[in-house]
Amino acid sequence: MSFHPNDVIRRGRAASVIVCGVLVFLLSAFFRTQVVKNKQLLTQSEENRLRQIPLPAPRGLIYDRNNKLIADNAVGYSIAVLTENEDSLRANMTRLRGTIAISNRQVEQAIQRYRKDRGRPVVILPDASFDIISMLEEHRIDYPNLIIQSAPKRIYPAGKAVGAFAGYIGEITEDELSKYSADGYKAGQQIGKQGLEKQYEQELRGREGAQFVEVDSRGRIVNRSGARPDIPPIAAPPLKTNIDLDLQTFIEGLFGDTLSGGAVALDPKTGGVLAIYSSPAVDPNRWIGGIPKSYYDSLNNDPRRPLYNKAIQGAYAPGSTWKLATALVGLQDSVIGFEDRMPAPCTGFYYYGNRPWRCWDKNGHGNPNLTQAIAQSCDVYFYQLGLKVGLSRLVAGGVKLGFRSKTGIDLPEEKPPLFPDRVPEYFNQKYPRGWTQGAHALNLSIGQGDNSQTILNMARFYAALATNGLSPTPHIAVAKTETTRQFELSPDQFNLLRAALVGVVTSGTAAASAIKGIQMAGKTGTAQSGHFNANNVELNFAWFTGFAPADEPKIVVAVMLEDVLFHGSVTAKMGSAIINRYLKVQATSQINTEGN
Amino acid sequence: MISGKRRINVDIPLIVTAGLLTAYGLAMVFSAGHTEVPTPASGAWKAQIVWTVVGVGAAFIVSRASVRLIEWMAVPAYVFTIFLLVLLLVGLGSGARTATSTSGWLTIGGHRLGQPSELAKLTVVLMIARVLSQNRLAPKSILELWKPIAIAGVPLLLIVAQGDLGTAIVFVGIFFAMLFWAGVPWQLLMLLASPVVSLVLGFDARVWGAWFLLLVALVIWYKPFFGEGLVVVAANVMTGIVGPLVWEKLPAYRQARLKVFLDPSIDPRGSGYHVIQSQVAIGSGGWFGRGYLDGPQKRLAFLPEQFTDFIFAVVGEELGFLGVTIALALFLFLFLRVIRIAERANDSFSSLVAFGLLASWFTHVLENVGMTVSVMPVTGIPLPFFSYGGSFMLACWLAIGVLARVSSEGRGGTIGPLRV
Repeated sequence: MSFHPNDVIRRGRAASVIVCGVLVFLLSAFFRTQVVKNKQLLTQSEENRLRQIPLPAPRGLIYDRNNKLIADNAVGYSIAVLTENEDSLRANMTRLRGTIAISNRQVEQAIQRYRKDRGRPVVILPDASFDIISMLEEHRIDYPNLIIQSAPKRIYPAGKAVGAFAGYIGEITEDELSKYSADGYKAGQQIGKQGLEKQYEQELRGREGAQFVEVDSRGRIVNRSGARPDIPPIAAPPLKTNIDLDLQTFIEGLFGDTLSGGAVALDPKTGGVLAIYSSPAVDPNRWIGGIPKSYYDSLNNDPRRPLYNKAIQGAYAPGSTWKLATALVGLQDSVIGFEDRMPAPCTGFYYYGNRPWRCWDKNGHGNPNLTQAIAQSCDVYFYQLGLKVGLSRLVAGGVKLGFRSKTGIDLPEEKPPLFPDRVPEYFNQKYPRGWTQGAHALNLSIGQGDNSQTILNMARFYAALATNGLSPTPHIAVAKTETTRQFELSPDQFNLLRAALVGVVTSGTAAASAIKGIQMAGKTGTAQSGHFNANNVELNFAWFTGFAPADEPKIVVAVMLEDVLFHGSVTAKMGSAIINRYLKVQATSQINTEGN
Repeated sequence: MISGKRRINVDIPLIVTAGLLTAYGLAMVFSAGHTEVPTPASGAWKAQIVWTVVGVGAAFIVSRASVRLIEWMAVPAYVFTIFLLVLLLVGLGSGARTATSTSGWLTIGGHRLGQPSELAKLTVVLMIARVLSQNRLAPKSILELWKPIAIAGVPLLLIVAQGDLGTAIVFVGIFFAMLFWAGVPWQLLMLLASPVVSLVLGFDARVWGAWFLLLVALVIWYKPFFGEGLVVVAANVMTGIVGPLVWEKLPAYRQARLKVFLDPSIDPRGSGYHVIQSQVAIGSGGWFGRGYLDGPQKRLAFLPEQFTDFIFAVVGEELGFLGVTIALALFLFLFLRVIRIAERANDSFSSLVAFGLLASWFTHVLENVGMTVSVMPVTGIPLPFFSYGGSFMLACWLAIGVLARVSSEGRGGTIGPLRV
């Protein structure tokens, strides 16, 4: 070594500089990490060690018009685990099975849930009974990652009675997650699947909160509270509807287990839906927590089609109830007046185009005027009226009266009815082999042919009749009234129309259904269904549509019984019972409030 | 042999700095054991205290021995070290719990005795110092350097064979630093180092090409002996070609560890995990840290090896930039003091020993601290005076003892620009 002091000092100086330089370089690296990147790394530190446990928001309650509960939240609990990876999830479930019963299917579902969102606690049992919960509480220390979460359960106290409109909620699917990704849904949350629950999902869902727990590097919970303050969940406000639950359950009783069909009751002025029912009905409580496959299959295979909402989805030939539309078109185009009679009297038949067209009454009706023809529902009269009006005007008039459109009710499952749009294009397309105007006019005029209506749409039409042309948009939830002016008869004509409809009940086809003390106006209808029973007899769609009190209508009702042998006159009894129930009960309750 | 009558000047700054660093380190090891989840670190601080006391005691004894004795012991100590290293290879080695998986512990009958590599770091310094101090002039050619090359090379190969890359880096650091201190011209050092540079750069043909031209220019300018120049150039070419081939042969985890050095996020759960967790811990410390004992990453055991290799991350997390600056300042102070001691040493052997010990510590600190902030690749190198580890603490204090002796035998007064 060259040990000369000068050399040594020179090298020492060089070494000192290098040492200083390197340490300063290291310090600058720390500066970059601790000061410049501090915020970013602090966030990562939190993400490492904090886990969120969701606090579900109570779903908005649904009330009827008298503040009775249609949809309620019951206290419920779910069992979940906080896990770091799929293997540890499986291990946790295997261990849990030592204490409580978990089916293989539930294991698979839990794994699917984990894969959809790895950041959330994985729900293993979405609805755990009290026994299971107490058992797990006893064995808490064995399962450090267990989270017993509040999971409120939706219940529908009225059961089947509200099956046609309440809908139900269920766990959100992958498709829904991607479809509504902008709305902040997370895997494992509940979402409205049908009916009001779906229509008003945004209003009913509330906002989920969060609780923070601290975990160690193995994902085990170390600190259950105080890591960060809870974010409280935001409850959703209640939804008020126009439904009258008492009326709804009454209708359920009327239909019972045997009758198939539906009923709709509206407030004719506001369009508020007082009741809506489809039979056979499904209890929405069966959907909560997942419907058992066997039960669903039995519903699907039932020939009476309980999964089909007959009030808003099913389209049925309206039969004689549609004659009022024929009459309206005739009246508006000044083709006819209430006193006018038709050239050919009704003898039970009308000859047109080389064949007889039947009237429902073989004995014939003589030579009625319009008022009487309405009361007696004379087909022959309306055949001639239909020909006089002509197919084009009949179709155009029908379209204007809304027979081609959805009513716009606040239920997502509504389907539009069937009705032609333009003459001759519609018929050219549908009957390329040839068709005649006359035959179609004859069919349409009595409510058959290419005309299938929902029960709701017929109720809406009769609401328009009750208000002289102001057709309301039906709505179940309380909302602003919306009406469309579809026609306007002169006051005289309107009185006559009303009188004609009252005539149906006092002396016509619905005479057996008159209500004591209340003047009811309405129309029966018996349409051919095209279905035959075992004895090869054709079955009917038996309709009744009506409103009361006739001069100040408070309720409009449309009832339809499907595939029955009897006529609309029988259905009229149901319709009047419904109206009676509503008006009498309402009157009673009004007396009560006035007396206080 | 032990000159007890001579007055011993106690080098206060050295002892105090080492003492402060040790105390700081102990406090950190204690904190590292302070977790919500039981880890191996929990009771470590107790053992660390014991080893510290043993180390200080040993330092005291060594400082009473004359430097001549130490010089005399260099050869047998070195031979013994080689013997131990061979024993490891033959099968008496077992793994330690460090960030790397090596078999560095000598185990007899199931008892882990110690790490021979720690001893090797000390004895290689002594041996090289002895050899270099024997001539009055500095070596001028590569041929003249065969002795230091052999002395460092043999244990280096034994250690690389075990897979301990970190210690290998330390040996390289010691080797070049001591040659520098002995007066070997820097150009010669560059030529000597060139094959390694060539190895690293061999992965990109254009970069290697540029390097090769630089090398040829250096050779022409410096004009070494023809044979040596040829050997150096040939060596460069060889490593340039061999390098990428060896890379292919490396086991995946080693490749990953080196790649992860450049970008930890490519393997966040495997090799990148340590570095990412370390950065998160350090980064979240901010200016003043999360509070002594309160660091969440450490507390919840997110930081692996938090009481051994990654102990500096605990410093960063709990005491922040301030704590880091204080620690690095203490190290700086220590290093400058040792440079001073080397400058003022009585003879060339002492001087070289002092500088070699400095080089060893410096490399440790650079590699270990650098690894925690991801400026150096991850290896199993401990941090002097901080990391938990009995053998290492003992070795560090032995070095203090030697330095104290060198200092006390050296010239006093203030020479040089830094009045340390």
